Amino acid sequence: MWPVYLTITSTAPAATDLGYLLHKHPDRAQQFDVSAGNAHVFYPEATDERCTVALVLEVDPIELVRGRRYGGDASALSQYVNDRPYAASSMLAVALGKVFRTAMAGTCAAKPDLVDRPLPLEIHLPALPSVGGAPMVRQLFEPLGWSVEATPIALDETVPHWGDSRYVQTRLRGTMVLAQALSHLYVLLPVLDNAKHYWVSSDEVDKLVRAGDGWLADHPERELITRRYLAHQRELVATATSRLAEVDDLPPEALDNAVNDDEEARDALPLVARRRQAVLEALRQEGAARVVDLGCGEGALLRELIQDARFSEVLGVDVSPRALAVAERRLNLNRMPDSQRARLRLMLSSVTYRDERLAGYDAVVLMEVVEHLDPQRLPALEDTVFAQARPRTVIVTTPNVEHNVRYERLAAGTMRHRDHRFEWTRAEFAAWATSVCERTGYVVRFAPIGDDDPEVGPPTQMAVFSRTDDAQQAAS
Amino acid sequence: MTELAIPELSLVALIGASGSGKSTFARDHFAPTEVISSDFCRGLVSDNENNQAATADAFDVLNYIAGKRLAAGRLTVIDATNVQRDARRELVELARAHDVLPVAIVLDLPEQLCVARTANRPDRDFGVAVVRRQREQLRRSLRGLAKEGFRKVHVLRSVEEVAAATIVREKLLTDFRHEHGPFDVIGDVHGCRSELETLLDTLGYRLNRDERDRPVDAVHPEGRRPVFVGDLVDRGPDSPGVLRLVMGMVKSGHALCVPGNHENKLVRALGGRQVQVTHGLVETLAQLDAETEEFRNEVAEFCYGLISHLVLDDGRLVVAHAGLKEAYHGRASGRVRSFALYGDSTGETDEFGLPVRYPWANDYRGQAMVLYGHTPTPEAEWVNNTMCLDTGCVFGGKLTALRYPEKEVVSVPAEKVWYEPVKPFPVAGEPAPVDVRHHDQLDINDVLGKRVVETAHHGRVTVREENAAGALEVMSRFALHPRWLPYLPPAMAPAATSKRPGLLEHPDEAFASYDSSGVTDLICEEKHMGSRATVLVCRDSSVAVARFGATGGESGAVYTRTGRSFFGPDLSKALLDRVRSAVDAAGLWKQLDTDWILLDSELLPWSAKAEDLLRDQYAAVGAAARAALPAALAGMQTARGRGVVLDGLLERTRARAANAEAFTAAYRRYCWPTDGLDGVGIAPFQVLATQGRTYHDRDHGWHLQVADRLVEAGPDLFRPTRRIRVDTSDPDSVAAGIGWWESLTADGGEGMVVKPFANLTRTRRGIAQPGLKVRGREYLRIIYGPDYTEPQNLAGLRDRNVNHKRSLALREYALGLESLERLARGEPLWRIHEAVFAVLALESEPVDPRL
Repeated sequence: MWPVYLTITSTAPAATDLGYLLHKHPDRAQQFDVSAGNAHVFYPEATDERCTVALVLEVDPIELVRGRRYGGDASALSQYVNDRPYAASSMLAVALGKVFRTAMAGTCAAKPDLVDRPLPLEIHLPALPSVGGAPMVRQLFEPLGWSVEATPIALDETVPHWGDSRYVQTRLRGTMVLAQALSHLYVLLPVLDNAKHYWVSSDEVDKLVRAGDGWLADHPERELITRRYLAHQRELVATATSRLAEVDDLPPEALDNAVNDDEEARDALPLVARRRQAVLEALRQEGAARVVDLGCGEGALLRELIQDARFSEVLGVDVSPRALAVAERRLNLNRMPDSQRARLRLMLSSVTYRDERLAGYDAVVLMEVVEHLDPQRLPALEDTVFAQARPRTVIVTTPNVEHNVRYERLAAGTMRHRDHRFEWTRAEFAAWATSVCERTGYVVRFAPIGDDDPEVGPPTQMAVFSRTDDAQQAAS
Repeated sequence: MTELAIPELSLVALIGASGSGKSTFARDHFAPTEVISSDFCRGLVSDNENNQAATADAFDVLNYIAGKRLAAGRLTVIDATNVQRDARRELVELARAHDVLPVAIVLDLPEQLCVARTANRPDRDFGVAVVRRQREQLRRSLRGLAKEGFRKVHVLRSVEEVAAATIVREKLLTDFRHEHGPFDVIGDVHGCRSELETLLDTLGYRLNRDERDRPVDAVHPEGRRPVFVGDLVDRGPDSPGVLRLVMGMVKSGHALCVPGNHENKLVRALGGRQVQVTHGLVETLAQLDAETEEFRNEVAEFCYGLISHLVLDDGRLVVAHAGLKEAYHGRASGRVRSFALYGDSTGETDEFGLPVRYPWANDYRGQAMVLYGHTPTPEAEWVNNTMCLDTGCVFGGKLTALRYPEKEVVSVPAEKVWYEPVKPFPVAGEPAPVDVRHHDQLDINDVLGKRVVETAHHGRVTVREENAAGALEVMSRFALHPRWLPYLPPAMAPAATSKRPGLLEHPDEAFASYDSSGVTDLICEEKHMGSRATVLVCRDSSVAVARFGATGGESGAVYTRTGRSFFGPDLSKALLDRVRSAVDAAGLWKQLDTDWILLDSELLPWSAKAEDLLRDQYAAVGAAARAALPAALAGMQTARGRGVVLDGLLERTRARAANAEAFTAAYRRYCWPTDGLDGVGIAPFQVLATQGRTYHDRDHGWHLQVADRLVEAGPDLFRPTRRIRVDTSDPDSVAAGIGWWESLTADGGEGMVVKPFANLTRTRRGIAQPGLKVRGREYLRIIYGPDYTEPQNLAGLRDRNVNHKRSLALREYALGLESLERLARGEPLWRIHEAVFAVLALESEPVDPRL
């Protein structure tokens, strides 16, 4: 059982009134059972000038995992060695809500006139986890009237190149009604934490959002706050893929990353939609009716394909079981009308293995797929798609690396996605496509996707391959 | 007694009116499971065997079951009236679909008898008219049965004949499973008699000659026999001479032979049939004109009598002229014969007007070795357990034989170019264009779904579907090309939980565990503080091309437990160069007689691979703890100072603060800065495989000697593995082992691995664990958390269950050995990959990862 630590100091005249407001006597230490372990409340100082209450949460990570109270997965190594015991986190928020429930509700039977009185308060969180670091702490607390002192904590002073941890030594100062201050912590601690591992159940989310009543609606970062709550809704049980990450001492996200968990990035770019439009347009132009979306991910293109009855048969293929599960959910497969449902199939497979189930279709789409493959595996993809499946049409889209200079937020020389193994210039893409054609009997044409910059070209490049025998037939 | 002969594998249609006694006949002559009756199927689908309304569904079921049985190669008897032509046509089609012979047994019994028997059955309500109609249909059918496709038709016309009949099951003509060799399988000769004589001589045969000094037979002193893959004739200088020799050998039982397409055509030409006289047939006919009429007749008879393909040696070897896909082995149908003679063609023709052949061998996944000819290639090469032995002798290439079961290729060069090919014959030794190793391409069916892998050392190992799916993603997206992953190391189980206070693991339990299963000679090896690394290094890049099909100039690989490369291409190359020069200097190529080596090792530091984990998980925990705990401690001390009773909280927090420091110290031992390869070390501890050989039969003393020599040869890269040998029957030795572990771990060392000194060891209970790890107390903080040593935590951790992990470790070990043995035997990539993939899949099973 290990401690999480938080103090609240009042410097109001008759500072020990804090004890009345909190319903906790300043001269006694008290212990409470909370879901994550034990909470202790005591007062390091209690004078008329200055009264400080400390909340210690002793978390038992072993019990935490065993009890599965927080949806932990016993097979995830990270659950045993984690920062929860030390860091102010969502569990601290839950403990706050329990231990100081009446104070947060703004009731005080003994001194009801204290309840609405703003007090000069100082809140100290020695290790506050903050995704977004010190600036994020300021961004969330300053609009609420706090003056924020936030100092990042180094990961390890003996390894300076690791830089700062996500922990921020934080002091909040402000004159605030206590109940309000508590509700700020209650809501914003989990938002800052943005943890994936410890998911509070859905009714607790509702509670937290309710607690923001009165100030959340006007908060300039309201959208981010809400979004981070939703981002918590990740599957709780480790997938087979993520367990393999642990075999190699990697965080689960390093391998099990086929599904984009980052709500902030999803569909942020109109480019994603334009890319889908371009692919659909090309498919229609080629008269393809039976289409494979190879590397369909969460099914964004599938959704549009089945909305057009011209596509009589749609096969979504991905190598990630999790991506397929998400696609199934997103597409509402089990509630889809029979007539649509009959046109769509999802299937686990891999472009690096031959798969006869891919044969016989009009078109295969590889939308933003090739760049996720190590260059040494491209011949396997070529064999699977161009030599074996051999559809009439193959559509490949991939980033145009020349365009990267137009992305201000992208550091020079870095790729657009962590998992990209390469990004091609237009010439490199053309060279690859042409050599594939020579070996496999296709002809290719290229088209830009997105604004075709006169200097660096479009953000995305597309190649439309047609099988030679078919192209000849069409010509004659 | 009348013997009714039927092929061992056939579809037997019983034909007869109701009441003719089909079911009784079936019961008397076949096993119950061999017979599928339409009545029974009616019952299955409708609960009523006589429900005529259910007939269509019943026959669907009947055909389905029959299809499954035939696909599995099982004789199947259809008990239905089958008096209608349409019904029989379906059966003939079914037989053809599975390439088995359809056979008819007709019970043509007198009408009165059938009617009387039917009337006696209370459940049959149809009358004389139905039986009469059925008999009428039968009579009309009788004459046409052979024409309908039934290869044998037996008709029984009386009760007596039925009673006297017995069934004799005959072997298929292709069935030579009882012939176990050894064989010398010889490729297309095409009239090159002289080269054939030289080859037979090279193989150790003695030729017998006739009075005109012409070879007519050849005998091997050790009883070896040639198997000719066909195309003995055409194009070459002496087709009759080749025929005379081969016919003589076959006749005397000294050789076996399958027909080639050229023999097939020759039969038709000799039979006076109109054939297109091309591809060298004209020379053969001219040469035969000089022979006697009698010889020509013998040739015609010989060629006519050749069987499409041979299944030899309990089904382990199949010989067919153009090869044969697995579904056709031991089957009989027109298309099987056509495949065996001409191969699979895509229906297209190439620029020279020759048919484009479908590369069936690339897809071949069968157990049987398939040897064939037909398509000239510059070098005989293994493709998925198949080999084409036509090395274009007549085009100036060579004549090739494969020694079976030795798998040794023996060739003699052509004496000259006897015949100019239509398409330029590729020259041997010329580098093949990149990407020609299409057979390296794996099929999704090699890995996906629930799988069972046969292992030599631990029986069948099952992989669950969901685990295969997880492994597929990692293998496809992150791993190296499977050609560079002939092996993945197994998980290692820890020793059972220690009974000593304050410890989770201790050598006691590891020693006791081996001792209790009779393994007393142990070696303890230092557990390096790094990452498990498999190192595959080839002597040079041309070896990498030849042995592993390298396409990008790679000369090996250094990879993690999930098959990911530790480094990018440039660093990998630099690292392999250094490994290679150490192997050079240590003289291992020569000593191990190999041009590549696969090493089991540990790569240091751990941070080289796991820096993200160290930084984001371990360092983060340390940073949080070291920020929060002092603040909390200060608060508690102030509170206590003013008289607040904290009830142990302060003491607990103080202990936690100390643990957090110890934890930080523990993980820091695993990080040191590396720059490129500077600071990177490799500690090899086992040789896994070299060309044609595995090493789990060599004791660990030998393995560590090899490792020591590498350390000596490349001290700046290679790290030694400290070790101590322990005899569990000697208390002093055990105490020394424990003392050694204590000194290793006292200053934070990771611990040790205890292994049977002899390496692969069998006990009464099967194979022994290849190793048990015993980890140090401080190291375990980064596994179980900073505070695991607190008594109440330790108490909770003690009830860990190591059984699942042990079982998993053994299964993965067996799969690892299996992949290495398959590699050493030169098996196709898909076979090696199957076992490697299974290791990865098992690794994704949910097991407590702290073990």
